[in-house]
This record gives sequence, structure tokens and C-alpha cells, in this order.
Amino acid sequence: MSAKKQSPWLALISILVYFFLYAPIIVLIIFSFNASRTNVVFEGVVNQGPCGPFYWYCELFRNRSVMDATRNTLIIAFTSTVVSTIIGTMAALALQRYDFFGKKVSETTLYFPIVTPEIVMGIGILVFFSAVFGWINTALALAPSQRLTMGLGTVIVSHIAFSIPFVTLVVRARLHGFDDRLEEAAMDLGADEFTTFRKITLPLIAPGVLAGAMLAFTLSLDDFIITFFTTGPGATTLPIYVYGLLRRIVTPELNALSTIWVFVVLIVVAISQWFQRRE
Amino acid sequence: MAEYAVELRNVWKRFPGPGGEVVTAVKNVSLQIYDGEFFALLGPSGCGKTTSLRMIAGFELPSEGEIFIHGRPMGKTPPYQRPVNTVFQSYALFPHMTIGENVAFGLQMKGVDKKEIARRVAEALAMVRLSGYEKRKPKQLSGGQQQRVALARALVNRPEVLLLDEPLGALDLKLRKEMQLELKRLQREVGITFIFVTHDQEEALTMSDRIAVMEGGVALQVGTANEIYEHPNCRFVADFIGETNFLEGKVAEIDTDKARVDLPGGISLWAHTPQRVSVGQAVTVTVRPEKMHIRPNATDVNQVTGYVTDIVYIGTDTHYGVVLNGGQTIRVREQNYSAESRLLAREGEEVCVRFSIEAARVLTE
Amino acid sequence: MIQQIRENRRLQGLLLILPAMFVMVMLLVIPLTLTVITSFGQRDADGNVIYTFTLENYWRLLGFTEQGWDDLYLRILLRSLWLAVQTTVIVILMAYPLAYFIARSPEKRRNFLLFLVLVPLWTNFVIRIYAWVMILRSQGVLNSTLGAIAGLLNVPFQPLDLYPSQTAVLIGMVYEFLPFMILPIYTSLEKIEPSLYEAAADLYANAFRTFWRVTVPLSMPGIVAGTILTFIPVIGTFVVSDILGGRQVILVGNLVQRQFLDARNPPFGAAASIILLVMTLVFTLYYTRRFGLREEIAAG
Repeated sequence: MSAKKQSPWLALISILVYFFLYAPIIVLIIFSFNASRTNVVFEGVVNQGPCGPFYWYCELFRNRSVMDATRNTLIIAFTSTVVSTIIGTMAALALQRYDFFGKKVSETTLYFPIVTPEIVMGIGILVFFSAVFGWINTALALAPSQRLTMGLGTVIVSHIAFSIPFVTLVVRARLHGFDDRLEEAAMDLGADEFTTFRKITLPLIAPGVLAGAMLAFTLSLDDFIITFFTTGPGATTLPIYVYGLLRRIVTPELNALSTIWVFVVLIVVAISQWFQRRE
Repeated sequence: MAEYAVELRNVWKRFPGPGGEVVTAVKNVSLQIYDGEFFALLGPSGCGKTTSLRMIAGFELPSEGEIFIHGRPMGKTPPYQRPVNTVFQSYALFPHMTIGENVAFGLQMKGVDKKEIARRVAEALAMVRLSGYEKRKPKQLSGGQQQRVALARALVNRPEVLLLDEPLGALDLKLRKEMQLELKRLQREVGITFIFVTHDQEEALTMSDRIAVMEGGVALQVGTANEIYEHPNCRFVADFIGETNFLEGKVAEIDTDKARVDLPGGISLWAHTPQRVSVGQAVTVTVRPEKMHIRPNATDVNQVTGYVTDIVYIGTDTHYGVVLNGGQTIRVREQNYSAESRLLAREGEEVCVRFSIEAARVLTE
Repeated sequence: MIQQIRENRRLQGLLLILPAMFVMVMLLVIPLTLTVITSFGQRDADGNVIYTFTLENYWRLLGFTEQGWDDLYLRILLRSLWLAVQTTVIVILMAYPLAYFIARSPEKRRNFLLFLVLVPLWTNFVIRIYAWVMILRSQGVLNSTLGAIAGLLNVPFQPLDLYPSQTAVLIGMVYEFLPFMILPIYTSLEKIEPSLYEAAADLYANAFRTFWRVTVPLSMPGIVAGTILTFIPVIGTFVVSDILGGRQVILVGNLVQRQFLDARNPPFGAAASIILLVMTLVFTLYYTRRFGLREEIAAG
């Protein structure tokens, strides 16, 4: 669309919508400096301890639970991203460029999670693992400390499961414009299939794969519902932790956490944008 | 006096440029286009021809000056209230509508009743030879067919003027030639004024009744194909249309409408002088290659000598490149009358090139 | 063996998709099947599953209990559906103008404006809901601000009782999904060839008619994509209704969650889960068949 003179009404509505989008975030950030511990009303800027106005931020770093949750979240995100990106890219290649028995069925199955409400998938996985663990535990008569339970493993595995369809989708979109003749040219010049893949195909689809990976990472980082049903002791992620907090006392520490989260993401995005601009 | 179909009177158009400066796309253009004419706006990219067309259509408003359609000033009238229709370069067919719905669109906006719409749509499609295509979608049609739909969609509204923006640009050569004849036929049949924009001078010469040659926002010359080709009024027009030879020299003698021009190397020739010149003035003489002859011809007063640098055989003609004494180069086009291939001169050979005074024109700019 | 793989393209394709299929079968197909099987079961005293075949869970959900007609659960289903419809409509009404505004902005500014839309998405979803708690509660930001204004104007002020409430849940849902509608609508608006607007004007359509006959139909793929991205999660939500609705607003998601975790009635929860899935599938199939194209969803 070409830029035309904008109707002032349109601009006004747009500003209001942007305001609606940002009001909660601004409130979050402001209240992270709240002097009041109960964080209901804003009682002025806090000024306590060595960190002064950033009191709650410092408290955050001393909070063991938060640090654990952050660590878990990151471990889960990284692991599931790597695995789902690899598997998803392979699937995208398969669907886009090959014909094989059961292709239609595979495609439908692969994309099914996208139209499935997360809770359905979460419950399903919970039921599945409960049953499987139950049988294994009874069959092998494991001692309580050795029993298989929900935990980091189940969370990672379920994150991989819901990320794969999205990675496949993104990579496939990128494969769409791919010129097969580039690979033929490489092979004509003496490269075998693996070398061709490594030196020609992979670099060219890399942006798509990267985009898919970023999507998987974001989905994992932010996920609540599926994690909620597949998590166990010691595998608390940040979203789960925050949810737990909301049921108890909420101090401005949570706001500090939120604010840090926002800025970290902003920085990561800025960096990735910078990378993209370079290519 | 019958009013003009379209008139531009002292029209200027300025745009804000990318760096903040002002770009003048159209400079004081005045044009009169007659009813029932097939009129071309011809020129290279950026000459202002498309902008002029868009101002007639109403997509741009003139910064200064006025546009009249059948004597009525258009002022700030928006496009949907003007009695003109446009065929866009990219056809701009609505992808979500069928061909029939596309063609019917303008009539629907005007509130024509359904039966009448159906009848006129069928009529319009028949006129472009796409009867029966009503239910298809644009993406199912080839480029040539889409273009004809765009034509039908415009013509069905019976506009007073039809505007065409580089309509044949996207077609391959053969299709383009067919469509040129097709458009010409249509225009005769429908009888309204067609104004079309093109950068292809051959196309303009083939199809138009009159042509306006534009460059740098200015209309350099307006006339029939013959007028523009045989009597270009400036160097740009002479160069842009067809192939021309340019010879630089100084005026040595003036005799009413003729002048003797001296070229370096001791060459002298007489040329037709439509403008006033003075002795000693530096001028350019233009001569079309086909008006120059290596064959002897009694009526050709002008004779220049040089030697042949290259020969190109094209079947219908043979082109000779000649370097004159004094260093200037010309190209001579001789028709191959005889079935035997016989060169009039060989490479490196000295030749005498002749042409008449009427074939040579003096240009001062 | 490598040679065999090299020569047989079918085999290559199969091998490439094998890991993905393995994951999907293990973590989607089998779990769903298990859920379906469980939904036909019964619970025992400890909350474990007895695998039989009975439709009583489904009947109960639809209202036909042993004690007679009890539409408690049916109302929950309808409430969830209604919330999803309300959310989708409001989101479309808010997202379209903004998407339109961005699409008509100069190119340089567009990326920035889109970026602004995405930033809230990158905060954590639970945290965003918490922010609304802070805004909407009786002493929250909204009431404080309104109270201050009322004080200035010397007007009596009754604090709005928005939290917890169904309205709060609606606000939260709209907030969540606004970006998911803005982006697809923007994408399809942006793809519209500019000369189409001029063609419509050339054919006697003014701005208003051009909008309805050309712009809106051509942006439908975006609206469809956005609707799917909104409707499906909203139907299945439980977090937003939990936090912003207090314990009073119960949707299908809450029902499933409670039956599984609190009431320890897996078969019943499973049945609710399956009904939710069916509702979603029906909606998706109907909606895409009627309006949209699959490729557009992929693009979104």
C-alpha cells in the first residue's frame, strides 16, 4: 500500500490501541519501584538498602527460587529449541521435496497441534506419562526415590512436541522459494549429497531455520499451560513460578522480574535484528 | 469550434523529493486532444507522461494549471466522479472477483440495474473477444487475456475518454503486435478518444493519430507521426524517434528558408531551416539514414565524401557506417531492391553520399 | 545401505520425517487416544481410572445426569464459546484500524510500528495478566486514576468493581490476543496491490465503497488467520479466567483443570477435554472451508 494522507480519526484510534497495549507494561515497570511491600497502591519510590530505588531488583537476585526457575526455563528452552529445530527442519524438507507413502497423513498429524488447544495437549501428555510411569514403576517395582515422575524431562519432551509443527511451518515457507537447480549445479560440479546439503542447501535455508528456532525458543520460554501439566518438583519454570506467586503474596519483586524480562527480550530481539540486517 | 476532448492548460506538477527538495515532474504543459483521436504521450522514463495521464484521470491534482474534459474544468474532482476510465499497466483486476464482476464493477457503482449490467458486460466481453469468460477468475487468465478484461472493464462504462498507461509493456513481442492492431480496431469501433502512454516510439508511430513527445516534464513536440518523424523540432525528438544522423557545423550563408552549413573537414551542405538562424551560429543538421544515398541520384544537391567503416545486412536494407572527411560519422540506409546481393561499396572504400536539401534540417537546440 | 538410501527418494523422505512422526505419535496421537479411552472410563475411590466403556461422562457434560437435567456443565461450555466469540469480535474491531493505519504508513515507519505491536507479546503471558490485576482491582491503577479525576472535577465517584469479574476476563483475553490479530490482518492488507485502489476509484467507487468492496474482502485471509489464532486458545483458556475471574468464572479449561487436579476425576476431565477438542475442530473446519485458505494460515 502506498502511503497516503492518513485520516486523523484513524491515527487517533491507533494511538488509543497502542496505549491499551502498553498501559499494563508501563504500570508493571512503574510499580517495580514501589515502596509499598503489598504493592496495591503506589506509595512512592522505594529507597532501601544498597540498591536504593532498585531494591526489588536486588532482592530478586537473592531469591533462590527465582534463580532456579530462571535456570530451568533457560535449560528447557535451549534444549527443546535445538531438538525441535533439527527435527522440524528435517520434516520440512521431507514434506516440501519428497513424496512418500503416508505423506498426507503425516502432514495432518504434524500440523494438528497448531489447532489443538494447549490444555487438551497438556492433559493428554499428563495422562500418557502418568500411565506409562505408573506401569514402569509397578513393573520394575522401583523404590520411591527411583520412581519415574514428571519433571524436567517430561517438560522438555512436551516442549519439543509442540514446537516441531511451528518450526516445520516456518522452514517450509522458506523452502518454498528454493531453487532446486542450485543443488543440481553443485552435484554437477562434483559435490555428493551430503556436501551439497552442507555447503549449498543449509546456508540458503539458514535464515528460515533460524526463524523457526527463534519461534521455538519464544514458545518454550513463554509457555504456561503445557508446562503446567507436565511439570514436577524441581522443574519449575518462571511462568509457573509467577503463577504460584500470584496465589500468595505479591511483592514488587515480581514487577522487577517482569521489567527485567521485558528488557532482556528487547535486547535479544535487537541483537537478532542487527544480525539479520547484516546478511 | 468543437471543444477538445481533453485539454491541459499550463499544467505544472511538483512533488516533494526523497531528500526534501522539490521535483517538478510536469513543466507548463499545454496539450489539446481532439475527439475520437488516438493520442500518444511518448517519452523516456521520468519524462512526465505518466504523471500527465494520472492528472487527467484524477489520481494526481495539478500544482498549477487546469485540465478540461470536453470543455469542463476538472478542478479537484476525484477520479470516481470523472467521465474517464483507465487501463492500468498492471491491469489491476480485482483478484477476489470473477471476470464478470470485475467488468460490472463500474456499472454497479453507477447504480445501473442488474439486467442492463449483464447485457452490457456480455457486450463488452464480446468486444474484446472474451465471451463466456464471466465466471472465471483473473488468475486463471493469461497476461493478454487479463489485459483485454481490463479494457472491457473500462470501456463498458462508455467513458468520454479512455486512458491507457503503458498497456502493452508486459506482453511478449508477438502479442504486443497483435494487441496494437486490436487496440486500433477497438478505438475505431468505439469511436472515443484514446490517450495512451508509452516509451516505445515504434508503438506510438504505429498506433497513434497524433503524438506528444515529452522529456524532462516538457512537451517538446506535438504532431502526427509523419510530422514528428520528418520534421523534428529539436535534437531530442530527432534522436528519440527513429534513427538520425547529426552533423555539427556553422551557418555560412542564409537563403530564405535554406541555409548553407559548413562542417569541419571542408564539407558544405544546404539544409532546410524552419527556425531563424544567423550567420556564424553553431547548429546541428539532421538527416535520416534512409534519405541518404550511395547510389547516384540527380536531384540530390548535397554530396559528402568519406569512407565506409562497417556494413550491416538486414535483409530488407543494408546499413553503411561512413566516416566523413572531418571526422563526423553517419549511417546510410539503402534498400535492397535487387534479389542479387550486391554491395554498393566495400569496407574501407571511399564513397560519396548524397541527399537532398529537403532531407536535411537545421536544429538549433 | 547408504547406497539404497541414496537411490530411493521415497525412503529418504520417510527417514527425514521419521523423528517428527515419532514425537508426534508418542506425544500427540497416543496421548489423545489415551484421553479418549479415559473419557469412556470411570473413577474409583482414590481417583484412579477404571477402564470401561461408558458414555456417562459425556452425558453429564451435556446435561443429562442421573439426577435429571443439570445444565451446569453445558452452561460452562456455552460460556466458553461465548467468551471466545466476544473476544474475537472485539479484537477484530480493535485490530483492523491499527493494522490499516500501519499498512498505510510510510515504509520506514512500518517496521517500527509493527515492532511496537510485538513487544508486549514478548513479556511473559502470566505477568501480563498480573498487570491487569494491578490495574483493575478496587484500589488499582484504573480506580485510583478515575478517583483522582473525579476529585478534581468534584464529582462523586464509585470505584468500578472490575476485579474479579467476567468483564476482567474479557479484557484480559482481548489484551492477550490483540497482537495475534493485528499481524495477520496487516500482512494481508500489505499484500494488496496499490493499483487496485486506484482502479476502484477509476470505476466510480468512493473511499467508503472501495473499503467494503475491495479492501475488506482482500484482507479476509488475514482476518481468518487471526480468528483461528484467537478463537482456539480462548476457548481452552483457564489461566486468565482463574486469575482475573477469581474462582467464580469457570470455563471449560478450568473445568478440565479442576477435574484432573482437584477433583481427581480423570475420566470426567478427559471427556471435557475431548469435547473441547471437538468444538475446536468443528470451528476450524467450518471457518476455513467457508472463508480461508490454508496457505494464508501458514503465512500468518
